[in-house]
Amino acid sequence: MTNKIDTTELKPKDFQSDQDVRWCPGCGDYSVLSSVQKVFPKLGIKKEDFVWIAGIGCSSRFPYYMDTYGMHGIHGRAPAIATGLKVARPDLSVWVSTGDGDLMSIGGNHFIHACRKNIDLKLILFNNQIYGLTKGQYSPTSEKGKVTKSSPYGSVDYPFNPTSLALGAEATFVARTLDRDVKHLQEMLLRAGEHKGTAFLEVYQNCVIFNDGAYTDYTDKETKAETIIKLEQGEPLLFGKNFDKGIKIDGFNPVVVDLNDGVHSIEDLLVHDEHDESPVRSFIYSHMTDHPELPTPIGVFRQIKRETYDEAVTRQIEAVTDKKGEGDLESLLFSGNTWEVE
Amino acid sequence: MAQEEKNGKPIEQLNDVTVMFAGDSGDGMQLTGTQFSDTTAFLGNDLSTLPDYPSEIRAPLGTLYGVSGFQLHFGATNVHTPGDNPDVLVAMNPAALKVNVKNLKPRGIIICNSDAFDAKNLKLAKYESNPLEDDSLSGYKLFPVPITSLTVAALKDCGLKPKEVTRSKNFFALGLMYWLFNEPLEPTLEWVKTKFKNKESVICGNEKALKSGYYYGENTQLFASRYKIAKAKLPKGTYKSISGNEATAIGLIAASKLSKLPLFLGSYPITPATDILHHLSKYKNFGVKTLQAEDEIAGITSAIGASFGGSLAITTTSGPGLALKTEATGLALMLELPLVIVNVQRGGPSTGLPTKTEQSDLLQAMYGRSGESPVAVVAATSPSDCFYMAIEASRLALKYMVPVILLTDGYIANGAEPWRIPHVNEFKEFEVTQRTDSEGFQPYDRDENLARPWAIPGTPGLEHRLGGLEKANITGAVSHDPENHHLMTEIRAQKIENMQNSIPDLEVDGDSEGKVLVIGWGGTKGSITEAVNDARKKGMKVSRAQLQYINPFPKNLGDVLSKFDNVIVPENNMGQLAKILRDKFLVPVIQFNKMRGLPLKTFEITEKIAEVLGGKND
Repeated sequence: MTNKIDTTELKPKDFQSDQDVRWCPGCGDYSVLSSVQKVFPKLGIKKEDFVWIAGIGCSSRFPYYMDTYGMHGIHGRAPAIATGLKVARPDLSVWVSTGDGDLMSIGGNHFIHACRKNIDLKLILFNNQIYGLTKGQYSPTSEKGKVTKSSPYGSVDYPFNPTSLALGAEATFVARTLDRDVKHLQEMLLRAGEHKGTAFLEVYQNCVIFNDGAYTDYTDKETKAETIIKLEQGEPLLFGKNFDKGIKIDGFNPVVVDLNDGVHSIEDLLVHDEHDESPVRSFIYSHMTDHPELPTPIGVFRQIKRETYDEAVTRQIEAVTDKKGEGDLESLLFSGNTWEVE
Repeated sequence: MAQEEKNGKPIEQLNDVTVMFAGDSGDGMQLTGTQFSDTTAFLGNDLSTLPDYPSEIRAPLGTLYGVSGFQLHFGATNVHTPGDNPDVLVAMNPAALKVNVKNLKPRGIIICNSDAFDAKNLKLAKYESNPLEDDSLSGYKLFPVPITSLTVAALKDCGLKPKEVTRSKNFFALGLMYWLFNEPLEPTLEWVKTKFKNKESVICGNEKALKSGYYYGENTQLFASRYKIAKAKLPKGTYKSISGNEATAIGLIAASKLSKLPLFLGSYPITPATDILHHLSKYKNFGVKTLQAEDEIAGITSAIGASFGGSLAITTTSGPGLALKTEATGLALMLELPLVIVNVQRGGPSTGLPTKTEQSDLLQAMYGRSGESPVAVVAATSPSDCFYMAIEASRLALKYMVPVILLTDGYIANGAEPWRIPHVNEFKEFEVTQRTDSEGFQPYDRDENLARPWAIPGTPGLEHRLGGLEKANITGAVSHDPENHHLMTEIRAQKIENMQNSIPDLEVDGDSEGKVLVIGWGGTKGSITEAVNDARKKGMKVSRAQLQYINPFPKNLGDVLSKFDNVIVPENNMGQLAKILRDKFLVPVIQFNKMRGLPLKTFEITEKIAEVLGGKND
């Protein structure tokens, strides 16, 4: 996608397929679907150049509901399928819809390698901290001690923090958002869509049937001002109803400070820089969610510029072709040590 | 055996000879063998080679399990295998001697590096006494040569480090072999100059070692005679020596040109298939995209993604990797996208024998997936046939929109033979259509072959969804309808059957009816051909055929089988083709099976033919 084209004539309904959407009523996936359909016309990409690739799970049914090119693949493999497609066809805008079982468990290997290689893919993780389609088992992002059908006495697994994992795997765009905060969700989708390179967006998504309320603290009007902190480029880390609390760093640990305590001022707070080459600070932010006394950050944790894998592949092919000339099959066949038989 | 004199030493004329070069895995035996093969081919001999090396990169020096060998059969006629038993063994240490002497023909020649037969190496090779000094080798013509010390003396002025000097001893052995078989040094000298350009001391070392070996043969009284192998009567043309993996790689490039589609390879390194990835990675100026994936599954799934995007998509692997690709192969057949899966078979199960050959993945290729999931299966019969079958696999995948598994094996993949190089214009271009017209487009519509249209992303108006869930025929909507599932299962099978219309009939070598037909598939062609030729020389009447197409079989296979009283099926497995033949044709085939990780031995097949004919094999 070198040049944006004028796609203002495209409307959200142009991206609605003829299939009935079959998620449970009230599922957070609906919000992501309608947000994507609203954001896509704004990206300046032709409708036929969008492709959705998915694995297995509730979120992986997503491609069936989008009137774009799409593929519902096999469990965990969507990033690898998408990688092949993007490398073969750098002209396409390739999106992956995936869940916490699909991407963090069976597809973990493909996920980290897609991030590492900086393949120009948009990975949208619907994290509901549960296996939904198989009807309620704990997932790699479920909290320790979770009681499910496969962990009747509480799970003994420690969970992954997907955003930390993406940062650790060197993704060049890492963001987190909430299914219930539609405005923020759409903003993050737009940012992911505009990024060149592996864009990872974790969506905290509610499963109404098997894990209802997992994110209530982050979405309820009563609590969200105290539990959520929005990362904004160049801005200090402020939160609270009256934006009178902030995050400062103490050693390597983020701590909450009260700006009304007469000791701290806004100057003491961390200032967010998503373009920092080093992922260290973003990594610290991403782990705030594991501490109940700290607010959970949403927003863009990291966005840096780095040559994408598909660009590098194309560049290498062009360089070798410039040097050696376009390959000729007849010369290739007759190259090397040959001899004549009369 | 004609004799002529040269430099005072008689030259014996031979029809064909088998030579085994053996040493430590760091001794350069593969290189030595390859150089000898190239020179031999250049002289107009027909030849067949078998590299045989351990799976460790550098196994401990001097050990029995660290022995690396390169067997080469060259000559004028009936050269179709690397040879059952060597006539000449070059052994660089006691372990190499111990491992290989048991295969040597009676009265065969042994050339040993006597310097390596010290107490330590003898102990490592588990010799209780020095075989060069006791009587144990009296059944052979033994030539102990102090190769290490002669090499050290010859290379003293080249400016090489002591370690580099001793590493050149393989070229001394090579030079001696060139003298023994009356072959020129020039091709290897040329190769050295190109290979080590700007490394004067290395060129000096290799040249001097090679020449010293040659003159040693000429000047010592050790050898009473030398040998000359008659030229083969090969069809007119330009030739080169080619291995199966290289042939597969350039066959895939040819298929990309013939189909006018970009080539994409998704692959994870695995012995013995990795060389295909190596070769294709070199050809960037052919627009080839190679992706070294994070694992076998990403190898195939990335290829599926590329195929969706309109590339000629390939994945390459060996047995255990094919097992990992199982689920994705099922996906490709459900998506009805073209895909070529190359499986270079090795000894199994599990990690098995990574560097050895076997044909034991046929049933895995045929049936190793969930559900009713037929895929096309084709097999290459020799190193150069890999070129043609890579093209065929691609053609069938594209024409019928299906995954095609191409089976080769470790022996033909690493072995080499002279190949009469074809011209590009000898091949027909593929007719490949990618749908652009949105009028009346349905993702699972069918053409006359039952193939569905290939509509690639980026084409306006053809947006559609594929997926592993069962699809309604024609519309491609997700469908759990019972009758539709039955219909789609039949369509997927029928597409494979329809390929019979575009593959050649099976050819029979010899009479088309009679007492015995020997039928094989894939890489056993050489062994079976030599065996049948030997049997005929001994007066036996026997016919022969070799299958390249296994799913589907050629149309006439049932007819061919029905014309013979006995059908022998030699296989490098426990009877996998035999099982399928019995299943499809209810013929009481006679199995001949070996699981040694080596090509089938010719004489054993000949014995089997004699046994079936009820006659003696002598």
